[in-house]
Amino acid sequence: MEELNKHFINNNRRHFLKKLGFGIGGLAAASLLDPFSSISGQAQLSSATGLHLPHFAPKAKRIVYLFQSGGPSQLDLFDYKPLLDKMRGQDLPDSVRNGQRLTGMTSGQERFPLVGSNFKFKQYGESRAWVSDLMPYTAKIVDELCFIKSMHTEAINHDPAITFFQTGSQQTGRPSMGSWFSYGLGSLNENLPAFTVLLSRGTGRPFSQPLYSRLWGNGFLSSLHQGVQFRSGKDPVLYLKDPEGMTRGERRKMLDYISELNYKQEQEFGDPEINSRIAQYEMAYRMQTSVPETMNIEDEPEHIIKMYGANATTPGTYAANCLLARRLIEKDVRFVQLYHMGWDQHFDLPSQIERQAKDIDQATAALILDLKQRGLLEDTLVVWGGEFGRTNYSQGTLTDTNYGRDHHPKCFTMFMAGGGVKPGFTYGETDDFGYNIVKDPMHVHDLQATIMNQMGIDHTKFTYKHQGRRFRLTDVSGHVVNDILV
Amino acid sequence: MFKLKDIKSLKLALYFIIPFILILLIKYKISKNDSEYLALKKDNPNANLSSNSSNPNVKLPDSIDYIFHVKPILSDRCYLCHGPDGGTREAGLRLDTKEGAYAAIGEHLDKHAIVPGDIESSRMVARINSTDPEQIMPPPSSNLSLSEYEKKILTKWIEQGAVWKDHWSFIPPVKKQTPKVTNANWPNNDIDYFILKRLEEKGLKPSEKATKEKLIRKVYFDLTGLPPTLDAIDAFVSDTDESAYEKVVDKLLASEAYGERMASNWLDVARYADTHGYQDDLERTMWPWRDWVIHAFNSNLPYNEFIKWQIAGDLLPNATLEQIVATGFNRNHKITQEGGVIDEEYRVEYVMDRTNTTSTALLGLTMECARCHDHKYDPISQKEFYSMYGFFNKVKEKGRIDYDEIPEPNIKITDKEIEESLAFIHKPDSIPDIKLMVMADDASDRQTFILKRGQYDAPTDKVSLGTPKAVLSFPETLPKNRLGLVDWLFDDKNPLTARVAINRIWQQIFGAGIVSTVDDFGNQGALPSHPELLDWLAVTFREKGWDMKQMIKLMVMSSTYLQTSKATPELIEADPDNVLLARSSRSKLTAEMVRDNALAVSGLLVNKLGGPSVKPYQPEGLWAETTSGRGLTKYIMDSGENQYRRSLYTFWKRTVPPPAMITFDAASRDLCSVKRQKTSTPLQALVMLNDPQLIEASEHLAKSMLNAETLNDEERIKQIFRKITSRFPEADETNKLLDYLESSKENFEANSETSEPHTDKHDKELYAYTVLTSLIFNLDEAIVKG
Repeated sequence: MEELNKHFINNNRRHFLKKLGFGIGGLAAASLLDPFSSISGQAQLSSATGLHLPHFAPKAKRIVYLFQSGGPSQLDLFDYKPLLDKMRGQDLPDSVRNGQRLTGMTSGQERFPLVGSNFKFKQYGESRAWVSDLMPYTAKIVDELCFIKSMHTEAINHDPAITFFQTGSQQTGRPSMGSWFSYGLGSLNENLPAFTVLLSRGTGRPFSQPLYSRLWGNGFLSSLHQGVQFRSGKDPVLYLKDPEGMTRGERRKMLDYISELNYKQEQEFGDPEINSRIAQYEMAYRMQTSVPETMNIEDEPEHIIKMYGANATTPGTYAANCLLARRLIEKDVRFVQLYHMGWDQHFDLPSQIERQAKDIDQATAALILDLKQRGLLEDTLVVWGGEFGRTNYSQGTLTDTNYGRDHHPKCFTMFMAGGGVKPGFTYGETDDFGYNIVKDPMHVHDLQATIMNQMGIDHTKFTYKHQGRRFRLTDVSGHVVNDILV
Repeated sequence: MFKLKDIKSLKLALYFIIPFILILLIKYKISKNDSEYLALKKDNPNANLSSNSSNPNVKLPDSIDYIFHVKPILSDRCYLCHGPDGGTREAGLRLDTKEGAYAAIGEHLDKHAIVPGDIESSRMVARINSTDPEQIMPPPSSNLSLSEYEKKILTKWIEQGAVWKDHWSFIPPVKKQTPKVTNANWPNNDIDYFILKRLEEKGLKPSEKATKEKLIRKVYFDLTGLPPTLDAIDAFVSDTDESAYEKVVDKLLASEAYGERMASNWLDVARYADTHGYQDDLERTMWPWRDWVIHAFNSNLPYNEFIKWQIAGDLLPNATLEQIVATGFNRNHKITQEGGVIDEEYRVEYVMDRTNTTSTALLGLTMECARCHDHKYDPISQKEFYSMYGFFNKVKEKGRIDYDEIPEPNIKITDKEIEESLAFIHKPDSIPDIKLMVMADDASDRQTFILKRGQYDAPTDKVSLGTPKAVLSFPETLPKNRLGLVDWLFDDKNPLTARVAINRIWQQIFGAGIVSTVDDFGNQGALPSHPELLDWLAVTFREKGWDMKQMIKLMVMSSTYLQTSKATPELIEADPDNVLLARSSRSKLTAEMVRDNALAVSGLLVNKLGGPSVKPYQPEGLWAETTSGRGLTKYIMDSGENQYRRSLYTFWKRTVPPPAMITFDAASRDLCSVKRQKTSTPLQALVMLNDPQLIEASEHLAKSMLNAETLNDEERIKQIFRKITSRFPEADETNKLLDYLESSKENFEANSETSEPHTDKHDKELYAYTVLTSLIFNLDEAIVKG
């Protein structure tokens, strides 16, 4: 069967070429040799490793992961706790804390004064979801969202916590979530990498937590599956731009000569690697066109730009990246990973989070609506959230108007949209102190298992054998949370 | 930085040559069919079992060997529940020991999983062949299964008497006599007899010798990481002396570049970097240790001493300063300064890292799997893991350091000390005294406990220092410290140390290890392709006083090494992965070599030994866009010489490593790494085409060719081609390149006509030669050794 398939593809390839001639058609034909491609590369990959993916019909084909780096305060955004207002300034009861370990930043604090939010909460939509005044645009689309109020994690510091979210392990060295999908499901398009990465710096606390390129690294998977960073500026993918002064025609010509000379080598040495390399050069050539095309938003109509907000035209902002994310999803990029820095608000949280929320609120909502109006939301999963939550007590001195919050791993809020998760739904509950989960806890591995499930993958079966052990994104735990699925 | 626009201004000209070569290209399938791989894998013990077994037509071996045929199946599919880890063992059955496999099981101890020679009574046979989901082994819930082939193997093994053998790598190597071969003319030295023996068994013949040009290129890269100069090639090609090649080898082994090449590999093993690696990823000073590594290789410090100094130099009686510097090896792990972390949590991680590095690098074992529970596959208990961990748990160190803090223990190295005894440290006068992290057992009272699930805050039983007894029990006579550990590593009865070391050297020279899983010699690791050769090499290495240069010379002097990398279709079909070495592997240049080659052949390379790490070109903004604002917030490119140093000196920031290096599969340096990936990606193509360093090298080489005014185009093309690929182009290649040169010149004129008339003939020539050189740098051959 496998052989028949291959035969079919090869024949089609020739047929395809004849039809279009050898100009642009030739380029398209070369793309069939492409490793990112779902047709040839993936077919080979799957049969070679026996992956047989997807395991079952997927609900989602693509993912946009809006990572809020630093740990957004759930208590100021979504998890409304009136008791904290009532008890403002009183100490966190030991019975609530129950021995939870604290970071070194507050473990020395003499008091743990409880603090509610400075921002007003209201209920919105038919789903009556609670959202604070910080997120007016998000408030308007709550009926599209599936809130998880009961996320919890194992790490209390940024580096291990963000690594845990991205790779399923606090220790470095494992592949990022996007790399797993690139490896397992391959690419849906022939011109762009399957796993792309966009970074932006928040205005809340612009310089707080760094990012590390290993967060989108391929770990022990082939480096074909590493996240490819799309950057603002003249070289959106590293080394993408031809030297100044070289025309596309000249580049094409050089590649033709290279291919021809390489082909001669292949004839002599019989090394199949050479063919692979020829294909890589063709993919590189196509990326040189497709990436700038994707990055260029000049063709976006005014009303769409408006939707995402004024910053959408400022390259490198979260809003611009959300718009790009939509463009990438439109082009069938499998996994778009955004990171927005600046949520690590230990002090002066009210003023910081106000700016920070403004960075992301409108554009996040716009992205979801925009995907929806294009019919893409139904098979695109959007995930929003950080690496942990923040404490219900103030870090530093609590005043009438000001407070800070330390890291809190025991409960925090995330939301998802599209991709077969229940819209207008809230899952899980925290106690009145907003400190512990009282209903339906969802561990990081549960989230990862559920995301995989939506992509048609049984997370317990999707493994990669490395150093004799079968590794998986969810390590040795994780359950699909069916309650949040349509 | 050089830009093409400087020599050429242009308007867009649509220039679209129909890529007729694509006709050729599509005729060729990108890779051979899977079935061809399977054909080899069916009798290749290295092959991945699952792919092997999916083919029902594969013939069973006549005689089933426990090590080669049976244990890989048992380990991979059964050990999770019936293996070394007592904590998850089901039904009291363990299949990883002889006693366990033959033992009576069941409630009344009246059943046996395996009864040698008796299929009917062997419960295993019934269970693996069952169709009842309640009965079948492995159970469906494990997501594991056995193929029909594997079931037959296990059954036939029992039928043939279920003969047991101990794990091969835990039996100390014994030097067997070199085997007899039919073609006795071919071998140059002992290695070749072992290689040829297997080829003859498989009905294969070795390939012819590589051309002298290919050979000298390969040996230059393998031993020095740099390409040969044209003079070196000419001298070798014209040297008809029988020892011409040996003279080259000796010269290379004696060159300083040899140490740099060897160090490049060792820096991966040692997870060397110039930053601390976690979170804000602050700068550290470990380059003096790196300088020591280069020096140690160049002075051919025997491997046992090389390791002893690095693991326990500080504990040697009357330790010299140099020996203490060497212990920096075990301080190369990552260190955090993240505010708020729990100190002990990270201190424990550092000790873990040292334990795992020792295990991976020196023992080829995945001991880290025994951190949380007994090892699932290998006979390493959790207790034994912590016994080993204990050796590295006596350092008085912090888990979290402050910004600006140089972690303790450290030593201050003065100019006077450098002058007197550490001349290998290339410290510029401009920088103050160096403080270098080193090892010390300055918390010698610290006790070691088993950590439940590997967690820092869950100590249980106290353990004393020791080593896994399945490998070799720790002799009572040895001191219970790192010095004793080194003596244990180099004990004649230690079955792993020599094999693992020589296997890694073999990988460097031949492209893949004799055990392809260089980091795993355990039950889940690959089996050696040439077990007797591996043992012969291991024992010889020890007998020759752990002399690394001598062993490398032996390898590169072998007929095996001298073969061409040309592969006939038959050979590719018979052995696509070149396990049997009937040809040379067509190995790609490493990340370091790709760049160093471009610098060297263009004349840009500044060949200076050692010193602080340097910051050559990298795209703007990479550090700035991810920084927290603390530590290294901006990459400030060096000026002058430091832009053109060998790549092993490039500053390594762990959280944002040099992008072009990472694209070419350099190790991340987060953890000990003994093997790099070998991939081919579009991002690599982009680096080769557009990295300003490559463009600059192209321009520099083009300029030097144009300065040779007596040469004509054809002669220049030949020279450029030779410099980059080490061989003369063939006539059709030269013509093709001349053609390209001509059209690039025309193109330049076409594009320049309507713009400012400042372009003169020189600009045109330089442009055309620059793009021509860039083209040649992009040929596959330019990034292949030989």
